[in-house]
Amino acid sequence: MKGIGIFNLRFQVILVLSWRNLWRNHRRTIIMLAAISVGVWAMIFMTALMRGMVDDMLKQGIQNLPGHIQIHHPDFRDDPSIVNSIDEPSGNLLDALNDPATKAWSTRIKVPAVIASERETRGINLLGIEPGKETLLSGIGDQIIEGRFLRDSNDNGLIIGAKLAERLETRVGKRVVVISQDPDNNIAERGFKVVGIYKAKMPRLEEFNVYAALESLQDLLKIKPQISQISIVGEDFRDIALLYHRLKLATPENLEIKTWYELDAYLKYMLNMMDGFVLVWVIIIFLALSFGLVNTLAMAVFERVHEIGLIQALGMRPGMIVYQILLESLLLLLMGLSIGNLLAFITVKPLESGMDISIVAEGMAMMGASSMLYPSLTAADMILANMVVIILGILTSILPAWRAAQLDPVRALHST
Amino acid sequence: MSNVSILLAWRNLWRHKRRTWLTVGAMIFSNSLLVFSISLQFGSYEMMIDNTLQAFSGHIQLQHEQYLDDPKMRHNLPEIIATAQRLRDELKLENVGARAVGFALASSSDRSYGIQVLGVEPLFEGRVSSIPGLVHEGRYLEKDSYDEIVIGSTLARNLKIATGDELTFLGSGLDNSFAAGVVRVVGTFESGMPDLDRNLAQVSLNYFNDSFAMRGKGHSIAVRAGNIEAVAGLKASIEALLKNQSDLAVRHWEELQPGLKQAIQADMTSAWFMYLVLIILVAFSVLNTQLMSVLERTREFGTMMALGLKPSNLSRLVIAETFLMSSLGLLLGIAVGFVITWYLSVVGFYYPGMEEMAVKFNLPDRMYPEINPVSLLLGPCMVAFASLLASIYPATRLYRLLPVEAMRAV
Repeated sequence: MKGIGIFNLRFQVILVLSWRNLWRNHRRTIIMLAAISVGVWAMIFMTALMRGMVDDMLKQGIQNLPGHIQIHHPDFRDDPSIVNSIDEPSGNLLDALNDPATKAWSTRIKVPAVIASERETRGINLLGIEPGKETLLSGIGDQIIEGRFLRDSNDNGLIIGAKLAERLETRVGKRVVVISQDPDNNIAERGFKVVGIYKAKMPRLEEFNVYAALESLQDLLKIKPQISQISIVGEDFRDIALLYHRLKLATPENLEIKTWYELDAYLKYMLNMMDGFVLVWVIIIFLALSFGLVNTLAMAVFERVHEIGLIQALGMRPGMIVYQILLESLLLLLMGLSIGNLLAFITVKPLESGMDISIVAEGMAMMGASSMLYPSLTAADMILANMVVIILGILTSILPAWRAAQLDPVRALHST
Repeated sequence: MSNVSILLAWRNLWRHKRRTWLTVGAMIFSNSLLVFSISLQFGSYEMMIDNTLQAFSGHIQLQHEQYLDDPKMRHNLPEIIATAQRLRDELKLENVGARAVGFALASSSDRSYGIQVLGVEPLFEGRVSSIPGLVHEGRYLEKDSYDEIVIGSTLARNLKIATGDELTFLGSGLDNSFAAGVVRVVGTFESGMPDLDRNLAQVSLNYFNDSFAMRGKGHSIAVRAGNIEAVAGLKASIEALLKNQSDLAVRHWEELQPGLKQAIQADMTSAWFMYLVLIILVAFSVLNTQLMSVLERTREFGTMMALGLKPSNLSRLVIAETFLMSSLGLLLGIAVGFVITWYLSVVGFYYPGMEEMAVKFNLPDRMYPEINPVSLLLGPCMVAFASLLASIYPATRLYRLLPVEAMRAV
């Protein structure tokens, strides 16, 4: 107990000493504090913006697939044709899909087709969906801007994008012809009434994705009761390993099951790149700061050579001097970090409701993000930034601190 | 500023070697980083623009004025081949190609897909688009090609056909008649751009004209300029030549590919935010160093003032010191930045996972920074400028100095 008491006392003395030393030259400390605060603010602010953008890209990308996990015919990805259809889920797989761990799932048909109005013809992606369940996956039901959404799997209507409607010069209530082929390679053709028009965040999708009810497409394509794919959504797209393994066990051997990052390599790349970017950015800022930090400490030591010599002569051990200077650095870093974090917090929070960047909307669309940017302040990114600053900050302070401890008391005392 | 003051400033700098080097080090670090990243930006933007425009759209397109917003068959230009020839003859342009565009359902013996059919001038298309050069199986269309077609590699795979096979297409012509035909696949191309490889087929403009009942009309004339800087001038001279033609619009690539320009803008904005932060941090470093160096010389400055120097002389001395320091940082930073960037511009710059990005943005899988005077000087000059600004505060403090008190200061 006594040992701890002495240690505490010593620590307190050194802490007070460091704190007072810090404010002996308040201008220098304030400038350094400002530099650290700006640096830390920039680290976190920029990271929050980028993180927000990448999260948006990932969400959009996953909604387009759609789903965190997909099950389909092994050849379907290479050759997305009606020939590569699969049976509707049954048995073990159906049980696994209905397990509460699966947040939502839906079966879909996805085939290439041609759509024609009286005026124009376009190539499209024809999707047969279960209306209620599909909305949980791709959000299509919430994007209808005109007319209505599909009612059920037998609905005879067609939902097209606003852009496609413009290209085809058609509108809600008009008829269009959809042409595709059945598994026997016969032309499957049918008139559909356009019942709804949707607006997607990505304008490109509006031109390609056309939605019809699952069963009416199964009839048209003569594949009842087959489907093209099963899309599954879990709780969090970042954490689907468990769900994947459970479903994989239940999936028959002749089907392929893939996660979102296997289905779209670009999305996975964006996520990796983002993590890499955060680290590189934080380290670059830290390096730019480190020169000033070392400089500040070196100056502080230099000014105090005489005094350090004196306290060494009076019996303070070199280790204590190192402690004292490291503590000074730590206090400086902690203050800078608090101000920087606070600044980042109060600048990011008001922006979290969304920044309108529609001025570069088409550029963002090219990258796969939408025209609203929602900065995202994540605990992991903030911890990373703070840890890098503290750990590397202390490491860079060791050199000036060590040099101070190496001073020869006699010489130091004689210096001016 | 006299030689003596410069000498004085220079010597003052080295009174605290370590401090000066640390501050200069911060400058070198930021400067070389700025040189590298600005050069990389230049290089990648240029590649992005070149690769995207080369593939298909060209630098300039002549279109019906409504075609850009509403790309429909009926928004066309008359006498398309003659107009393209006029550009070649009268403006002495070599890289000009006329085109017409239609949609059709393409069917092989066991598959059908909706595709975009492009009618091109086989002899000239290679001068405005890289696709003719990217045929990896079979050959491209020839001068007298008639019922021949070149299709994207993904499309060929999806249709399960190869060169030599026949393909039927069905679409609607300009007069709403059926546009149908049987064509032989003579080649497949691989552009690396998923949309084109999956969706695009090319036939000769003559054949397109007959099957889609175009009667000599077409949808666009693509023009490629020698380099990106020449585009604006070229656009103006084309507009001057064809000013009498009604309904015609000459489109700059920025209008044809608005996404490209905006992606670059978005990237620029975030990059400049980062550069600005770096520059500010260096400025703080300089501010700190110079303020300390002024404060610790209070006594010396007091003496100098007592000897008759004015505050303005002294503050000029401080500015001169900063100037020398930032020049040193500038020169060494440019040198280090240049060496690193030059090395990477030769061997190429690569980071893991870049292929996915490369496909998305039409970039090669290695990036080559482009070193030019702007990319070398822009960042370092801004750092030097910010450093000089930062030394204003320490310099103005000298005006508050009272010689007698200053001389007594510790």
